[in-house]
Amino acid sequence: MSAVVTRSTPASRVAMVLGLVALVVLAAAPWWAGRADMRLMGEIYLYLSLACLWNLMAGYAGLVSVGQQAYVGFGGYMLFALTVFAGLNPVVAILAGGLLAAALSVPIATLIFRLKGAYFAIGTWVVAEVFRLSFAQIQALGGGSGSSLPVAVVKELGAKKAAREANAYWLALGAAVVVLASVYLFLRSRRGLALTAIRDSETAASGLGIDIWRTKLEVYVVTSAFTAIIGGLIFLQKLRISPDAAFSVNDWTAFVIFIVVIGGIGTLEGPIIGTLLFFALREVLADFGTIYLMVLGLVAIVVMLKAPKGVWGLIRERYDLELFPLSYRVKGKE
Amino acid sequence: MTALLSISGLQKSFGAVVVADATSFDVSEGEAVGIIGPNGAGKTSLFNLITGTLKADGGRIGFGGADVTTNSAAARCKAGIARSFQIPQPFGGMTVFENALVGATQGAGLSGHEAEAHALSVLEETGLLAKANARAGTLTLLERKRLELTRALSAKPKLLLLDEIAGGLTDAECHSLIDTIRGIHARGTTIIWIEHVVHALLAVVERLIVIDFGKKIAEGEPKAIMESAEVKEIYLGVDPDA
Repeated sequence: MSAVVTRSTPASRVAMVLGLVALVVLAAAPWWAGRADMRLMGEIYLYLSLACLWNLMAGYAGLVSVGQQAYVGFGGYMLFALTVFAGLNPVVAILAGGLLAAALSVPIATLIFRLKGAYFAIGTWVVAEVFRLSFAQIQALGGGSGSSLPVAVVKELGAKKAAREANAYWLALGAAVVVLASVYLFLRSRRGLALTAIRDSETAASGLGIDIWRTKLEVYVVTSAFTAIIGGLIFLQKLRISPDAAFSVNDWTAFVIFIVVIGGIGTLEGPIIGTLLFFALREVLADFGTIYLMVLGLVAIVVMLKAPKGVWGLIRERYDLELFPLSYRVKGKE
Repeated sequence: MTALLSISGLQKSFGAVVVADATSFDVSEGEAVGIIGPNGAGKTSLFNLITGTLKADGGRIGFGGADVTTNSAAARCKAGIARSFQIPQPFGGMTVFENALVGATQGAGLSGHEAEAHALSVLEETGLLAKANARAGTLTLLERKRLELTRALSAKPKLLLLDEIAGGLTDAECHSLIDTIRGIHARGTTIIWIEHVVHALLAVVERLIVIDFGKKIAEGEPKAIMESAEVKEIYLGVDPDA
């Protein structure tokens, strides 16, 4: 053969080195950052994870769900239930919550996959509301007013406050790294190629031997499991849970969609850029109350009209850049 | 010769519109068959039924000796049926090479370097190797048509279905496409080709089937079929009594 196929580019190699350096610096945050900064960074990692997962599901598999708060809240409640009633270690409880969410997502998928487009979106929201109303009925978990994580459970994360905060921070950072790496490795694989084909044309993809329903189901189950784990970590930071906070469509879906859309849906880089932009806007506008949400809405509308592929879409088209080497490049051999 | 594709009594309608009405025909291994008929005759629907995009209301589709009537589109592709779309459906955000790689890894079931080598060899055959790194969404019409052909071939089909692949091309483009398709046929791939550009079709196919209102109305040697009064009337709109 007169041509060779490569995947990495100079830009992706530079990005990988910079990414690893950044990871080391961020991992050392407990030694150089204040408590408030660490809390903020932890929140950023968890939102980044939620955005990456929603992007995989909506941007690639075409499953535009507005009900992922169902799994965020479920993961949060499983943390409380499994630590309080089963006496599990919080980290084990969070991972078990992810497995339970995966099991639960299969029957839910067989139900809501019958719906298409906007009907699917509404269906997912209905499922999330059912979750919220159901958990509000469980008196042992505080019913409608919620409950706090017992001190004994909290102490399992570290005897001293500083150690606990560092551990919670590392868990959030670790989760973001695992989510990003998993999504990247999946998209880089053969099945990721199939998923990317589904993103671009379902008709052509099924004609080329791709089982669309099964691929979508796999993506839905995996993203639901990871989303529940992230939900567990979110409420491990908050230490308090209530049905309205756990199953908030605003906090766990609207903001996440905003992040993915302004960053660039259907790309791996988009959610990362979107998360940074979202938190930059939030920190700048935090003091303006409701105006903050109005500005977010305005930004979203402008981006959708002027740059439907998001900020990363603009950058990629202009400079043919790719930070994660997913593309195959064919080079002629001299 | 044995029949690779065997269609008998195929039935499909959308409400009152009948797109396949007791359609029956066989295609032998290694054969090249052309399908013509007026717009709306049910040609593309027939392809959709053969590939599994549409489910038949009745009848039977046999492929390679097995009954595939109820198989999914994906399963039929893996069994060896691939098609090009009349309106190109490129994976627009992926490169041309990646488009071919999807067929090689999913349809043909290859992996690693084997899949890459196969995708490259198909691109070479269809003349798209120079465009391998271009995003499919940026291609011209001719390139998109060639990409349709590339992607179908990348799945290593036994039966290749071409849906108006010569439509909208200039004469020169059309001739080079005919050469490519002849090459594919010469290698032993069975071809069914729907085409309005009749001279392109006649340059390749050995048999012609004429369809109107979902019904097969004529079948046989291409020259004889094109000259029959029935075809002239229905397909070309010529009044036989004039």
